[in-house]
Amino acid sequence: MDEKTLIARRVALELRAGTLVNLGIGLPTLVAAYVPKDMEIFFQSENGIVGMLTLPEEGLEAEDLTDAGGGPVGALPGAATFDSAMSFGLIRGGHLDLTILGGLQVDGAGRLANWMVPGRMVPGMGGAMDLVSGARRVVVAMTHTAKGIPKIVRNCTLPLTSVRPVSLIVTEMGVIEPTADGLVLRERAPGVTVEAIVAATDVDLIIPDQVPEIRLASDCGGETR
Amino acid sequence: MKKTMKVSEAVAGIADGASLMIGGFMGVGTPPRLIDETVRQGKRDLVVIANDTARPGVGIGKLIDAKLVRKVIVSHIGTNPVTQRQMLAGEIEVELVPQGTLIERIRAGGYGLGGVLTQTGLGTIVEEGKQTVDVDGRTFLLEKPLKADVAFIYAKQADHIGNLTYALTARNFNPVMAMAATTVLAEAQSIVPVGVISPDAVMTPAVLVRHLILRERSHG
Repeated sequence: MDEKTLIARRVALELRAGTLVNLGIGLPTLVAAYVPKDMEIFFQSENGIVGMLTLPEEGLEAEDLTDAGGGPVGALPGAATFDSAMSFGLIRGGHLDLTILGGLQVDGAGRLANWMVPGRMVPGMGGAMDLVSGARRVVVAMTHTAKGIPKIVRNCTLPLTSVRPVSLIVTEMGVIEPTADGLVLRERAPGVTVEAIVAATDVDLIIPDQVPEIRLASDCGGETR
Repeated sequence: MKKTMKVSEAVAGIADGASLMIGGFMGVGTPPRLIDETVRQGKRDLVVIANDTARPGVGIGKLIDAKLVRKVIVSHIGTNPVTQRQMLAGEIEVELVPQGTLIERIRAGGYGLGGVLTQTGLGTIVEEGKQTVDVDGRTFLLEKPLKADVAFIYAKQADHIGNLTYALTARNFNPVMAMAATTVLAEAQSIVPVGVISPDAVMTPAVLVRHLILRERSHG
C-alpha cells in the first residue's frame, strides 16, 4: 500500500453517517473512495454544492456542475446548489462537521500552515482559512516529512492558515492529536516504531503507554486490520 | 434607458480603469461574451474582483492574458501561472482574500453594511493593517465592504425584463455581485418571455440588472 492510500484509508474512519464534509484538493479527495457503501455522507464543494459525487462515467459531464477545481462532477439524489455566500455560511457558521485538508506544516500547538511558501509558491488561500477557522473538526492528511524534512515542527516557519488548532493529523507514519498539553501520538503505522516517528518529528511528542497500530478502512469501506 | 443591449454597446460604456466584479469559479459561471468583447475592445487598467483568475485562455484568464488588468482582488491565483508571472514582474497587483471573507465583503457592499466581523484570518498575515473588534469576549477581524463600477453576471435564464436564474455550481458569486455594482450587465445562456421564470424561481430580480445582453445569431 502506498503512503497516500494508507493516509486516505485511515482518514476515512473519521467520517460519520449523516454529516456534512468538505474535502480539500489533492490527497484529501482520495478519502471519498473509502466511504462505507451504506454510510450517507454529504460532501460539500465550496463552489456551491452539497451532495457532490464522482461522475459515474466519462461523457456525462455538465459544464455547470463542477468541483472547486473546476472539474466536472455528478450529484446525489437530493443534492442542493447555492451561492458562495451560503456555501461559506455553511463553513463559517458552524454547519460543517468535518474538513479534511492537506498540510505543509503543523506546529506544536496544532496550528496548520498550508497555503503559501513565501517567494516560491503564492497560490492564495482560497477557502482554506475559512475551513480551518470554521469547521467543527479539522483533520490534516499529509505526508510526515517533505523528502525527509519534518513537517510537524515546534513553530511553523510558513505563514499560518489559522491560529485555531486542528483536531487530528494523519500521516503515513501515524496519527497525532493536538491537545492542550501538546501533540499526543495516538497510533503508529504498520512496521513503524515510536522511535522512528519521534525521529521524523521536529517537536516533542507526548507518548502514551500504549500506541496501537493504525486502524484502516477497507477498500469497500468499514474498518479492517 | 433601454434595458437590452448589444454586447459591444454595453462594453463600450466601461471606462478604462473601471472596477469590475466578475462572477464565476474557475471560469464556471463567467459570462463568455462579455469577457471576449472586453478583450476585443482592449479596456485598460481594470481592477477585477472575482474568486480567481481561472486558467490561461479561460474566463478571467483571457483578461489576464491580454494584460488588461492592473489589480485583482481574488481568493487564489494558483491555477493561473500567467497571473503569477505578472505579479512577480510587478505588472499586476494581487490582493489575496480568504474566499469566505471575499464573498462576505461583496455581500456587505451590496447590502449596505459597514463591513463584516469574522475570525477567518485572525492571527495570520491576513490580519496585517486591519482593525480587530471584541464582541462578547471574542475577537473578530473587521473586513471592509467591496463595491464595483460594473458587474459581469452570467445567468442560466433571463426573461425579457432581466429577471435571472442560475445553473447549479455556475451560480457561485453571481447573485451576490449583482447587488454590489453600480452597473450590472447580465448575459444569459437563454432568454425567455416574461412569465416563464416564476416569481419564486427568480434568483436576481430584474430591478438590479441595468442591461441584459442581447444574444446574437450564430450564422456566419
